[in-house]
Amino acid sequence: MQIIAYLIPISLFLGGLGLGAFFWALRSHQFEDPEGDARRILNEDWDDHPKP
Amino acid sequence: MGAEMQMRPAACPACAVAPSAEALADAEAPKDARLFLSLPTIHCAACISAVERALNGTEGVRNARVNLTLKRVAIEAAPAVTADRLVGVLEAIGYEAHELDPGVIAATATDKAGRDILMRIAVSGFAMMNVMLLSVAVWSGAADATRDLFHWVSAMIALPTIVFAAQPFFRNAFAVLRHGRLNMDVPISLAIALAAGMSLYETAQHGPHAYFDAALSLTFFLLAGRYLDHRTRAVARSAAEELAALEVPRAQRRTATGEETVPIAGIAVGDVVLVRPGARVPVDGIVAEGQSEIDRSLLTGESLPAFAGPGMALSAGEVNLTGPLAMTVTAAGQDSSLHRMADLVAIAESSKNRYTSLADRAARIYAPGVHLLALAAFLAWLWISGGDIRLALNIAVAVLIITCPCALGLAVPAVTTAASGRLFRRGLLIKDGTALERLAEVDAVVFDKTGTLTLGAPEPTNLGDHPRRDLEIALALAEGSAHPLARALAEAGRKAGLHPARVADIREVPGYGIEGAFGGERVRFGRAAWVGARSGAETASWLQVGARAPVAFTFADRLRPGAEEAVAGLLALGLSVRLVSGDAPGPVADLAARLGIADWQAEALPEDKAATVQALSREGRRVLMVGDGLNDTAALAAAHVSISPASALDAARVASDIVLLGKDLSALSGAVTTARKATRRIRENFAISALYNLIAVPIALVGLATPLAAALAMSASSITVSLNALRVR
Repeated sequence: MQIIAYLIPISLFLGGLGLGAFFWALRSHQFEDPEGDARRILNEDWDDHPKP
Repeated sequence: MGAEMQMRPAACPACAVAPSAEALADAEAPKDARLFLSLPTIHCAACISAVERALNGTEGVRNARVNLTLKRVAIEAAPAVTADRLVGVLEAIGYEAHELDPGVIAATATDKAGRDILMRIAVSGFAMMNVMLLSVAVWSGAADATRDLFHWVSAMIALPTIVFAAQPFFRNAFAVLRHGRLNMDVPISLAIALAAGMSLYETAQHGPHAYFDAALSLTFFLLAGRYLDHRTRAVARSAAEELAALEVPRAQRRTATGEETVPIAGIAVGDVVLVRPGARVPVDGIVAEGQSEIDRSLLTGESLPAFAGPGMALSAGEVNLTGPLAMTVTAAGQDSSLHRMADLVAIAESSKNRYTSLADRAARIYAPGVHLLALAAFLAWLWISGGDIRLALNIAVAVLIITCPCALGLAVPAVTTAASGRLFRRGLLIKDGTALERLAEVDAVVFDKTGTLTLGAPEPTNLGDHPRRDLEIALALAEGSAHPLARALAEAGRKAGLHPARVADIREVPGYGIEGAFGGERVRFGRAAWVGARSGAETASWLQVGARAPVAFTFADRLRPGAEEAVAGLLALGLSVRLVSGDAPGPVADLAARLGIADWQAEALPEDKAATVQALSREGRRVLMVGDGLNDTAALAAAHVSISPASALDAARVASDIVLLGKDLSALSGAVTTARKATRRIRENFAISALYNLIAVPIALVGLATPLAAALAMSASSITVSLNALRVR
């Protein structure tokens, strides 16, 4: 059962990483226009090269 | 500003005294303008790229980005770019657009409260998953020291999370309790706090059951419901503010040296205010100089423009059509007719707030019921077990957790979000939280005519009766004016492929018409009296060529797109439809016949409209009022639920519960169906959560509930309720 001593902190750390990523996304305004972002992937405007 | 400057540490001693060159340059260089346009009709990926491409291709525009969720576009552009020009660009490619006041938008752009709730959801979700993982180990048979370890780790994760994430519930519950009342937040807070406290005690006592996962999933699910609720409201509120931002309350005042633009609040009685053609009269007054025609349709419902000359009274809200006017202000601010109307609305509004929503009614039964049940369980088990407080408290907590309104907390917001999202995509904006429920109960509809069922824009009806030469002369003259009849004729003529005749010396005689010279003869296009004709019942403009008898061009008000479908759809739903207008009987009867409305009333005063609505209400009918004018506001406010188009006056939009963003009316009958469906789903959701409680509560009461059973009941009911809500979409 020693393995638990490693596994619990590891799982907490990985979960925390996800939480941190969500905070980052929230702070950088990525949830402002969920509807538009869902549709923008269908847009072909910048498929060949990135937007200047 | 001053404080900010002091706070900033100075880079050098001199910098603190003299403003830096950089700051000076900043102040002098003209700043890029940030413009916002509302786009009520966009709905797809192609719309996004079309709008962005058109705007980015316009000179001076640096960046344009569409927000489809809010149906608006943010534009960064050079200071010279005006919103009017961009609206023109978008209208040329077929998208309706309105300018928005950036000051009002900026205040709502950053949705702090929404982000705050999202943050709490994320934290509680993270904690919930980790604790659930540990709990599964306990449920599948971990015992003794291992179980205690898992419980302690759970406690370490759960307690700080609850303190952070469940704050909104604690705060609300505390505020409500201080006023000696109960709401949903009280049983929620009690369940979360008791579950966490009890579990901590059990963990310390090496007990078998800990409810940390239940406390966390409760927090998570209820926060999700809270977020949906918030989001629906925030979208509605920001859009309602957008509408307010459409009208910029300013007036042109004449001064000794020229003229200046001042806010309406700064206008005093006796000032002289200039009203340009096409502008709205900002305050009440008397015409001092100039002649023109004014459009009173928003105030009275009359579709014919009225003549205005020196000495005539103008009311705030009327639109000046042809010539510039100077008016002496007789009433401003609080005394103006616009404000008096707004007061009327405020009175009617306060009576509407008495409507209690389904959720409130459910909470009123639910909150005391749950508390009594838990207390009863506690006392009963205390008596049965002969004074074992720990056991009795454990069972009482289990009852509180299992009955806790997870599903109830999601039942209403999930449905309202789905339904108002669906209506928003069709161009209907729900301004009020209970409007959907009220719309579902409607059984009678009262329509206004001008501006609601019609666009308030005329359309020529007898072009075919005139010889081609007359048409070409009329077209040439009509193109010289901004008067709505002239514009309508010019547009129709262009569409019919006509070319204007070569008419020389075209000039507009404000208030009368347009005249010019054609082949040595004087030609006139305008009012009946001006060309020596007798005016009939119909809306008409007259053309006189030389000394020949004048001929009439008749006009009818153009029907709003979708009006026929809307009326037919509402009739098909079994609602009674009535038309009440301030206009003359002729046009009202025509329109009623055209749309198949049997019940109509013409020449109605604002009080008559409100009286009609109130009479119907007294008969026990639930009335939906659809109107746009100032003369409708009292009726809009008196009705059970009300809808106004976005083109309506500010006061009318404020008074109504739902705003129609686009021009099309056809969404109306669909809205009633959606509202009915949504209310049915809400009731179903209540039934589902009641059913779960019916099964789970007896189990909890007899003391057989385990944390596993609680977790299962909670997740299953929340998920069922959310899925049921999605069926509205």
